[in-house]
Amino acid sequence: MVFEKDLNLDATELRLGLPGSSEESIRISNKRALPDMNDDSGVAAAKKCDQETAPPTKAQVVGWPPIRSYRKNSLQTKKTEAETGGMYVKVSMDGAPYLRKIDLKVYKGYPELFKAMEDMFKFKVGKYSEREGYNGSEFVPTYEDKDGDWMLVGDVPWEMFINACKRLRIVRGSEARGLGCVV
Amino acid sequence: MNYFPDEVLEHVFDFITSHKDRNSVSLVCKSWYKIERCSRQRVFIGNCYSISPERLIARFPGLKSLTLKGKPHFADFNLVPHDWGGFVYPWIKALAKSRIGLEELRLKRMVVSDESLELLSKSFVNFKSLVLVSCEGFTTDGLAAIAANCRFLRELDLQENEVDDHRGHWLSCFPESCTSLISLNFACLRGEVNLGALERLVSRSPNLKSLRLNRAVPLDTLQKLLMRAPQLVDLGIGSYVHDPFSEVYNKLKIAIQRCKSIRSLSGFLEVAPHCMSAIYPIFGNLTFLNLSYAPGLHGNKLMKLIQHCRKLQRLWILDCIGDKGLGVVALTCKELQELRVFPSDPFGAGNAAVTEEGLVLVSAGCPKLNSLLYFCQQMTNAALITVAKNCPNFIRFRLCILDPIKPDPVTNQPLDEGFGAIVQSCKGLKRLSLSGLLTDQVFLYIGMYAEQLEMLSIAFAADSDKGMLYVLNGCKKLRKLEIRDCPFGDAALLEDVGKYETMRSLWMSSCEVTLGGCKSVAEKMPSLNVEIIDECEQMEFNLDDKQKVDKMYLYRTLVGHRKDAPEYVLIL
Repeated sequence: MVFEKDLNLDATELRLGLPGSSEESIRISNKRALPDMNDDSGVAAAKKCDQETAPPTKAQVVGWPPIRSYRKNSLQTKKTEAETGGMYVKVSMDGAPYLRKIDLKVYKGYPELFKAMEDMFKFKVGKYSEREGYNGSEFVPTYEDKDGDWMLVGDVPWEMFINACKRLRIVRGSEARGLGCVV
Repeated sequence: MNYFPDEVLEHVFDFITSHKDRNSVSLVCKSWYKIERCSRQRVFIGNCYSISPERLIARFPGLKSLTLKGKPHFADFNLVPHDWGGFVYPWIKALAKSRIGLEELRLKRMVVSDESLELLSKSFVNFKSLVLVSCEGFTTDGLAAIAANCRFLRELDLQENEVDDHRGHWLSCFPESCTSLISLNFACLRGEVNLGALERLVSRSPNLKSLRLNRAVPLDTLQKLLMRAPQLVDLGIGSYVHDPFSEVYNKLKIAIQRCKSIRSLSGFLEVAPHCMSAIYPIFGNLTFLNLSYAPGLHGNKLMKLIQHCRKLQRLWILDCIGDKGLGVVALTCKELQELRVFPSDPFGAGNAAVTEEGLVLVSAGCPKLNSLLYFCQQMTNAALITVAKNCPNFIRFRLCILDPIKPDPVTNQPLDEGFGAIVQSCKGLKRLSLSGLLTDQVFLYIGMYAEQLEMLSIAFAADSDKGMLYVLNGCKKLRKLEIRDCPFGDAALLEDVGKYETMRSLWMSSCEVTLGGCKSVAEKMPSLNVEIIDECEQMEFNLDDKQKVDKMYLYRTLVGHRKDAPEYVLIL
């Protein structure tokens, strides 16, 4: 079997994992295995696999590798927990009496996140455009990133966002305009 | 021919403790047999179906400690159905009815029901020690019975069992009067425990030397426990996650500094790597370190940790240590005798982080290495030859390449020469597990050189019956042979059926042996039980002798066919 190094298969991989979740990397090696090229079924990039099982082309042999069920079950529990640990961030809205918390891992992308925030705080997010930010609403969603800067929600890819976001703030009115105008 | 009175002989026999030696002593003559059997306190039964409890009781009336093993080794890897057998209840029932004053019971791969634990706890006044390894069938209710009823309990040691956890109440069942605990290991329990009860228990156990906690025990409880038990020698940490700037963490540091006797450390079932500095004082004295359940420790943090472990003799680790990390082990752990490297991602995209390089480094740096279990990405003949030269003292050598038929990636050759070098160099080798691409040749070498070999595990290897024949003919001390997915058929199986009586057991699954071949063995050797495990129940309708047998397990026995086999087990 030939193993190729450093091939990023993540981008084309179809997974049944939780949206936005990524496999916790406990490997320090960068080597990745290609599916068996000699496989007659011709499976290439499309892999439907859950978190723990190998790509189907590498048929899982019963009882191999030979590790005790107890150990195997422990590892799987840990992986599942690592991936479903939750990514809770505080959400505040100007004028609201108390803050809320939401789990970013639960959402697949920005539309779902906004819907949840809208439901929670009873407001409407405006229409997003790269040039102008959010139009058509008094409220603008912002977040504090790892550097402590307040950023407009929606500019970066979802994955990048949920890893960078420390807390959310729904900014209102005149304050919002400053962020909403992208020069 | 006795020149001494019996009491003198008995006194002499007291100094003979190994099972093998005592067995030999009993064979010398009738009077030695009698004296030995009456004075024997510890008995080891490697296969619970080789003898009956009644005969055990009849022969050893002074029995105090019994060790029993049930299912065949491959049951650990899901190759044996759960209800195949290995029930401990009949043993406990028979012992309870007798006058045996059982004090210690050690079980491995057996089915243990709550009912049997309860009966055990109520039947033996002086019961002191229960050790369960890789067992199943019980819940925390059974543990509650042990806690509540065994007034002089010293040891409760649960290793890697699948326990149905009904949550914390069992710990509270240890009465206030129970102060005799020396060893408590419940790391494998998955549920909550009553932390207050645990603290009180530890407080009133001044002799506690070994304590292994489960994941539900948080760091602040750990700190309290260590304050109460600074005499601990063996510690298993449950959860190790906390804010390194907190008061609790400072208290932990102080508690750890008082624990000057800890030589064995394990657990870290949940770990925050930035909290490890509190434990550094312990590492310098450790002889055993088990981090094989701590995937949270890897990379530089792990290497930094290892650098403190200068006295380490046994290391169990995950493969995320990497070849580089094994290099650090090689530089630091000069006293290392045993190394086990487990896969952290066994079903992942084939990225075991260790290769032959790590093993070579350790073999070069740790000349005392004698026991190895190594799960790796790949192995080369050159590496194995080097390892064989560096470490001629291997007693146990178990190699598992994650792809079971992978050849030497450099030469594309089978690994015959590499393993050949191991068996030739390591004259004391008792246990060997093979993997990788292997032909009949490696078995020729094993038959020729592995004179002390007692246990051999083979998977996906060999080209023909010759492989198995080399082993059966050559390895005179062979006791356990387990084979899966090899082209060995009836010719090999039937060549020397008398050999199986000199062995404990033979397992063959997904090989080429037929029903007819197995029947032949059974006919020729009435002292063997030949079991066909037929889960798909193909055999029920088609008893054609030419049919290949999916799983066969044969073992020598003094008590004939067992009566507790499930329907899908056919005993020939």
